[in-house]
Amino acid sequence: MSAEAIQSRRDWLLSERPASRMQARLGRAYVAWRRFSANRLAFLGLLIIIALLVVAAFADVLAPYSPTIGDLKGSRLLAPSAEHWFGTDDLGRDILSRVIFGSRWTLYVVILVAVIAAPIGLLVGTVAGYAGGWIDAILMRITDIFLAFPKLILALAFVAALGPGIENAVLAIAITSWPPYARIARAETLTVRNSDYIKAVQLMGASPFRIVLRHIMPLCISSLIIRVTLDMAGIILTAAGLGFLGLGAQPPLPEWGAMIASGRRFVLDQWWVAGAPGFAILIVSLGFNLLGDGLRDALDPRSGDQ
Amino acid sequence: MSTLLEVDDLRVTFPTRTGLIEAVRGVSFSLGRERLGIVGESGSGKSQTGRAIMGLTPTQAEVTANKLAFDGIDLLAAPPRDRRALRGKRIAMILQDPKYSLDPVMSIGRQIVETLRTHEKAGKAEARDRALAMLEAVQIRDPARVFDLHPHEVSGGMGQRAMIAMMLIAGPEMMIADEPTSALDVTVQLDVLGILDKLVSERGMGLIFISHDLRLVSSFCDRVIVMYAGKVVEQLAASELGRAQHPYTRGLLNCMPKIGADRHPLPVLDRKPEWAA
Amino acid sequence: MTSALSVDRLEVIFDRFRALKGVSLDVLSGESFGLVGESGSGKSTLLRAIAGLAPAASGSITVNGKRLGARRDKAFYREVQMVFQDPYGSLHPRQTVDRLLQEPLAIHGFADGEKRIQRALDEVGLGTGFRFRYSHQLSGGQRQRVAIARALILEPSILLLDEPTSALDASVQAEVLNLLEEIRRRRNLTFLMVSHDLAIITHMCERLMVMQNGEAVEHLTADDLVRRHVTKDYTRNLLRASEGFVRV
Ligand SMILES: Nc1ncnc2c1ncn2[C@@H]1O[C@H](COP(=O)(O)OP(=O)(O)OP(=O)(O)O)[C@@H](O)[C@H]1O
Ligand SMILES: Nc1ncnc2c1ncn2[C@@H]1O[C@H](COP(=O)(O)OP(=O)(O)OP(=O)(O)O)[C@@H](O)[C@H]1O
Ligand SMILES: [Mg+2]
Ligand SMILES: [Mg+2]
Repeated sequence: MSAEAIQSRRDWLLSERPASRMQARLGRAYVAWRRFSANRLAFLGLLIIIALLVVAAFADVLAPYSPTIGDLKGSRLLAPSAEHWFGTDDLGRDILSRVIFGSRWTLYVVILVAVIAAPIGLLVGTVAGYAGGWIDAILMRITDIFLAFPKLILALAFVAALGPGIENAVLAIAITSWPPYARIARAETLTVRNSDYIKAVQLMGASPFRIVLRHIMPLCISSLIIRVTLDMAGIILTAAGLGFLGLGAQPPLPEWGAMIASGRRFVLDQWWVAGAPGFAILIVSLGFNLLGDGLRDALDPRSGDQ
Repeated sequence: MSTLLEVDDLRVTFPTRTGLIEAVRGVSFSLGRERLGIVGESGSGKSQTGRAIMGLTPTQAEVTANKLAFDGIDLLAAPPRDRRALRGKRIAMILQDPKYSLDPVMSIGRQIVETLRTHEKAGKAEARDRALAMLEAVQIRDPARVFDLHPHEVSGGMGQRAMIAMMLIAGPEMMIADEPTSALDVTVQLDVLGILDKLVSERGMGLIFISHDLRLVSSFCDRVIVMYAGKVVEQLAASELGRAQHPYTRGLLNCMPKIGADRHPLPVLDRKPEWAA
Repeated sequence: MTSALSVDRLEVIFDRFRALKGVSLDVLSGESFGLVGESGSGKSTLLRAIAGLAPAASGSITVNGKRLGARRDKAFYREVQMVFQDPYGSLHPRQTVDRLLQEPLAIHGFADGEKRIQRALDEVGLGTGFRFRYSHQLSGGQRQRVAIARALILEPSILLLDEPTSALDASVQAEVLNLLEEIRRRRNLTFLMVSHDLAIITHMCERLMVMQNGEAVEHLTADDLVRRHVTKDYTRNLLRASEGFVRV
């Protein structure tokens, strides 16, 4: 594409008088993207997350060995080498392959938690904030009860009740992580619910349901996305923690937390067994954190005019 | 008359995706302990001039001036800490949009009390009493009730007066009032102007009064600056406003409805490109 | 002439505070009726109570011969619409003009949305260039035009205007007032308009009511006001105050 064509496309996106719904929407997305990509660290975060997605998608191709079947006789606890980049564990399995396959589980946990917890929090928070009165009181007391316990302990209690396993760990984390989202959504709702533009929609004859869904939720979503992204690191760590305690993923599943747990026995002599998954957790958490910070700057309506 | 504020060739520029927007293009004036009016149509740069003096310009914008000095302090060279200390304590600004400038989830009274206590050491009870007295001074009926109300529970004019009370409570030496009375009924408007007037004549406060109500400005201020497209097009004594020369000023005066004049439709401004030059 | 809107001894109470203490008024169909008065006297509350945004404690409101209950139905909103005082606060910050205008049509299930949006924008003098802008890309006057277009799109017969021009400068104010007059003439609308500027009220309205502290002080015609045939002190104060500031 020639420089001129690029320039004219940019002008089209940034037009002050868009000619169609599509153009207006794309223009807005483009502005947010420009602001986001101007932030180097945020961009690095995005690259890390994209790398995670690619690795998870192509784990079969990328992993040099099987993640679950090792060579017990010949290759137990080998140090990192050209053959096994991250070394091998006590069952002779290639750690690099396990870390690569482990990305799938990490992603699975993160996405499921986000998909379950964020909408629950959004719904509870906006409904409580908009309805007010006793509905608000009841919903917020429930939220408070959840918030009163440390997350990991509550998750532990749930897993203990539901039984160990990665699905139950996900469920437990999701159940325990919505309350902060509800808080955020409610606070945001409180600041907008008395504004004239919401009054104006009421005056059109819109039902409360429609107002919450179409006019209030979109205003809360960006702060929620930011918060969820920033929480991702915590979610990964909680999942890893449950795995570590033996309540999350069960062997031989290559989940990073469980890997650290089984590697801790040799952490002094064969540090790579626990070190490699630990490092992976660190990098991915960092990626999500950087991404979240960047999104905050790009999406926050208070920063700049868009 | 001692000079309180000197502004020479003030410029405020916003870099945007479509190029530079020059919101203020070379404004110069000086302010003593007097009432200076700034009038002009929407978007002419009145608020941005006031905000630049306060140091409230959005971070992406660039502010330049040959001179911008308050009481001998060079505002553009002063470190952010000093400017923050000036703001609210010695220079105050009543922002244009009270609904936006008040915190929607904090009661009116608490906001005034917090403002007072960031600038002065005052006990809880004392701060409350002073806040109530201030609300009463701006002619709010039943201040004790309004004290506990949230911004959406007060009328437009009450919100505006709460904002004024908040700015006056620290006793500033210079006040920039951006459309302070646009939502007030005429009698309360005069009461509020009376308060500002007293502060100028008795305490020697300097007042910049930004407004689009030319009739009010001509009766209240000492001098008037007329702005158009970021520039000063005319500067004259307020009492002379009726005899203004510039066609823009005359047009602005002419398009206001008057009691008893039967003009349907009202004349509107016919903007000439050469005014902006 | 029939009355389009009549309010009888309306009372509004917020947590024991009586914001309206039995206010009555009668607006004829096709008439433009003004409300002036002290700040905090309940002018906005009166409009809000009519629109169903403030709770009526007692009294009655009748619109086009129908007495309103506590809840407003959809049909009501097709009769009565409102324009708010603050053009900066009354448009949703994340919606384009197009989306704002579509919302009422979607709620009331209109099929010919495209045509109506086009016509509404034309009517308030905004070309299609503005249709897909966000509210922060509009000036105060343009925003107020959008708010008027939104109120008109359901083709109501009564428009409640809460200080529609107090946030606008003199030149834009003249444009918006002219627009409102023209639309009223063309569509034969009934206006109930709040303003604190007596000049605007005499310019726009035939009759008016002066309010103070939640009560009606007096009913006047615009002519009375122009000729200063007023009986109450408060109205006289208002008239005197609108002449400008007098240093004591
Ligand atoms: N953040 C911004 N980015 C770009 N341009 C801006 C920004 N803020 C203000 N402007 C521009 O600066 C100019 C002056 O704005 P300003 O708010 O000073 O007008 P005003 O005279 O106070 O008008 P009004 O009477 O409507 O308050 C306007 O043209 C406006 O578009
Ligand atoms: N939601 C609410 N809760 C408590 N009090 C309220 C509420 N809404 C309005 N009021 C009170 O009702 C009174 C009338 O307010 P209203 O907004 O009707 O005044 P107004 O005549 O429109 O004044 P203005 O000209 O300043 O806009 C005020 O004293 C206000 O504090
Ligand atoms: Mg301004
Ligand atoms: Mg009002």
